Amino acid sequence: MKLRITNYELRIMKSVLNLCFSVIICGLISSVFAQSDGSQQNQTGRAGTFAITNARIVTVSGAVIENGTVVISNGKIAAVGANVSVPGGAEIIDAKGLSVYPGMIDAGTNMGLAEIGGGAPATIDVAETGDINSNAKAITAINPHSSHVNVTRVNGITTVLSIPQGGIISGQAAVINLNGSTQAELAIVPTFGLVINFPRIALGGGGFNPFAQAAPIDFSEAVKRRDQRIEDLKKLFRDAENYAKAQDAYAKDKNLPAPPVDLKMAALAPYARGEKPIIFTAERERDIRGAARFVADTKVKGIIMGGQEAWKAADELKKNNIAVIYTNIHNLPVRDDDAYDFLFEAPAKLQQAGVKFCISTGDGGAEVRDLPYHAGLASAYGLSKDEALKSVTLYPAQILGLGNQLGSIDQGKIANIVVTDGDILEPRTNIKYLFINGRLLPLTSRHTELYESFKDRK
Amino acid sequence: MKKVTVFLLLVSINLISLKLVSAQSKNEVLISNATVMTAAKGTLVNTDILIKDGKITRIGKNLKASSNAQTIDGTGKFVTPGIIDCHSHTMMDAVNEFSYSVTSMTRIRDVLNPTDIAIYRGLAGGVTAANLLHGSANAIGGQNSTVKFKYGKPVEDFVISDAPPGIKFALGENPKRTNFNPTPGAVPRYPRTRMGVMEVIRDAFVRARDYKKEWDEFRAKKSNVQPRRDLELEPLVEVIEGKRLVHAHGYRSDEHLNLLLIADEFGFKVATLQHALEAYKIAPEIAKRGTGASIFADSWSYKLEAYDSIPYNGYILWKNGVNVSINSDSNERMRRLNLDAAKMMKYGGVPEEDSLKMITLNPAKQLGIDKRTGSIEVGKDADIVIWTAHPFSVYARPEITMIEGEVYFDRGKDLTRRAELQKERETLEKLDVNRPPGSGGTPPARPSEYRQEDLDEADGGNH
Repeated sequence: MKLRITNYELRIMKSVLNLCFSVIICGLISSVFAQSDGSQQNQTGRAGTFAITNARIVTVSGAVIENGTVVISNGKIAAVGANVSVPGGAEIIDAKGLSVYPGMIDAGTNMGLAEIGGGAPATIDVAETGDINSNAKAITAINPHSSHVNVTRVNGITTVLSIPQGGIISGQAAVINLNGSTQAELAIVPTFGLVINFPRIALGGGGFNPFAQAAPIDFSEAVKRRDQRIEDLKKLFRDAENYAKAQDAYAKDKNLPAPPVDLKMAALAPYARGEKPIIFTAERERDIRGAARFVADTKVKGIIMGGQEAWKAADELKKNNIAVIYTNIHNLPVRDDDAYDFLFEAPAKLQQAGVKFCISTGDGGAEVRDLPYHAGLASAYGLSKDEALKSVTLYPAQILGLGNQLGSIDQGKIANIVVTDGDILEPRTNIKYLFINGRLLPLTSRHTELYESFKDRK
Repeated sequence: MKKVTVFLLLVSINLISLKLVSAQSKNEVLISNATVMTAAKGTLVNTDILIKDGKITRIGKNLKASSNAQTIDGTGKFVTPGIIDCHSHTMMDAVNEFSYSVTSMTRIRDVLNPTDIAIYRGLAGGVTAANLLHGSANAIGGQNSTVKFKYGKPVEDFVISDAPPGIKFALGENPKRTNFNPTPGAVPRYPRTRMGVMEVIRDAFVRARDYKKEWDEFRAKKSNVQPRRDLELEPLVEVIEGKRLVHAHGYRSDEHLNLLLIADEFGFKVATLQHALEAYKIAPEIAKRGTGASIFADSWSYKLEAYDSIPYNGYILWKNGVNVSINSDSNERMRRLNLDAAKMMKYGGVPEEDSLKMITLNPAKQLGIDKRTGSIEVGKDADIVIWTAHPFSVYARPEITMIEGEVYFDRGKDLTRRAELQKERETLEKLDVNRPPGSGGTPPARPSEYRQEDLDEADGGNH
């Protein structure tokens, strides 16, 4: 009963916080790293100066330190090494027999946008209606209190990219830490990239319901239609650039007639100008090559998400500096005559071909906690253990433009740190301590709470 | 007399030739010096397994095989029983008969497709047997088929002939069609609530009980009128008589408990609660009735009634003495059930061998096939997986999967055959019939995964 009242009070607190957020959102975006104390809310943990001692430190960026210390202070990694002294007043965590890892990063989720997949459409905010939604921002719909957040982080995943999906231009994806009471507290990069479902060559036909099938068309017609949609997209990009030019001119000279505000164009402009990355979802070689050519033609920054056959297009991806967020470990090969491990070995092939890549679950939220096992399976099929670990830590950090702030245990980086009793990619390994933004978090979740409620029922 | 002799001679020739054929197809196999996880009697290091005529004949050290035996060096390798997936729709050309709320007359045996590539991919993940279940669109669904994945063999070889028959039941969102968009104007199917689902089941068993009585009276010669055979009720009579296993799909604990109460009412036992993601809430009630639970390791939140699913479900059930199996219900997930079993050690702390049993011996027991498979013991079928590392390690990979001593998956052979298949593919692609549609050819057949996905969608995405 007492617990219920606490939760109820908490809900009121949270709704007040949300209200505040909507009023002061603009101010907060410039200070996304600022953290409120939040010490009354035990879910968001507690800040402090911590020293993890006697630990095996898997830095990821450099060699493993077999017996060392990591100092966490002011939300950052203050020191790391074999001979680091513990600052006075630091809370000491003796990690003898334990390993320290950087928090893992999943660069392809719908975290906070989709609570319950079936039977509860009110909890789904993934896909806006319409084809062009450049102004839709995931960060404005992510539920900081989604139960997926805690369930995911207690398995060592501390940061995710949450993407909108649907239409052609789906909206803008957010990089978030998995801790915070408000969207602003979660956000690392509130509007990181624009998601575009790259136009595919679609032949039509198929499907269970013969009356709902698109009429099959021949290949050349399908290519023609795809090309037209790409031309439409290019025109939209040129319009956005022109829109931005007009706005820039007006900003310099207020005597000019004020151009009308167009939210979609305004949102599209920085991407069309190549200032921020565009995430193209594409799986097949021909579509990936299409996206690579689009990047080359329009001089935008591109990332491929999905990437089943990306290794086949390695030449064009490398030439255009396009990284791949690979989301297909827990997926079946499309063709019956594909090798059974076609999708398991793709990361190894990307690595061998020299394409920048990371491994992601591509999951809505509930199964993002499986991220380490995606990387591990890629390792069972050719990727080295080192590379597998990097593919869920340092590599996604780099692809998200946060290589200097996340993804490894280095002085000055954000203290997203996981302490384990074994190899972090192994399913039998347990998480012992968890830090996000230097805050020590309780290892509780919806699942541990239900477990505690029922484990002793007779 | 002469005729009889000739006949006998022919019979004996036939017997000899049969024997020869079987001796050829079932070679003697020796797996040597492996770490053997028996799933029954612990883990044995540096151990040999001798297989003859498809059966495990000896387990021990320094075993000798005859000179023509196939030998497999197991040094550094781990050996487990073949994985048994207790909830699968692999190799099924149809999943749901949607029309009625009771479709007990339908048989999965009639829609098996032995060429489904998903079978081979399952073998490559160490799966050797599966419980192929009707979908969950109906309160009482169709009859299951328990198979071994003998890919490349005729379909009749897949079916485990001495496996007890079973039937699918379903509760909750699926039979009440929560995720189903009815054709506009069509009359909605009964039931639409959990109340209705329970009454559909109760009504079916009332009818089955009456039907059984008619036959009992006829057989006891109390009646002269032979009852007309009823294919809907016959399987339910078998349930009442304990001859057919009930596999009951459901999520919420209250509805699974209500089904157990109906089973009490009609005097039958439910073999397995399928999915049973909230079974941890009623573990003592399940344990008391000797009912098994076949669960997902940690899937949750994908639908409303899966929101209270927790990865500790398996542990709590295990602690209460319930026979737990972990299933996939998916051609994809099937390939990594070993890692799902490993999660049972992480969440709550099920011991290693008991975790392994959840994908081997326990499902074998739930399906009534544990006399022949599910563990590495002398006398059992040689359904065996050889792994590159401990099967609970994410870095492990099956190298060889065998059923009854015959190799159905061999990674080494798979790798060497790839160039050959690529060549064959190129040749086939050049044929007129296979040219792309744009150049006048016929469109290629759609991959089977899409076919299954479409069936899933029609079922609201759930089985």
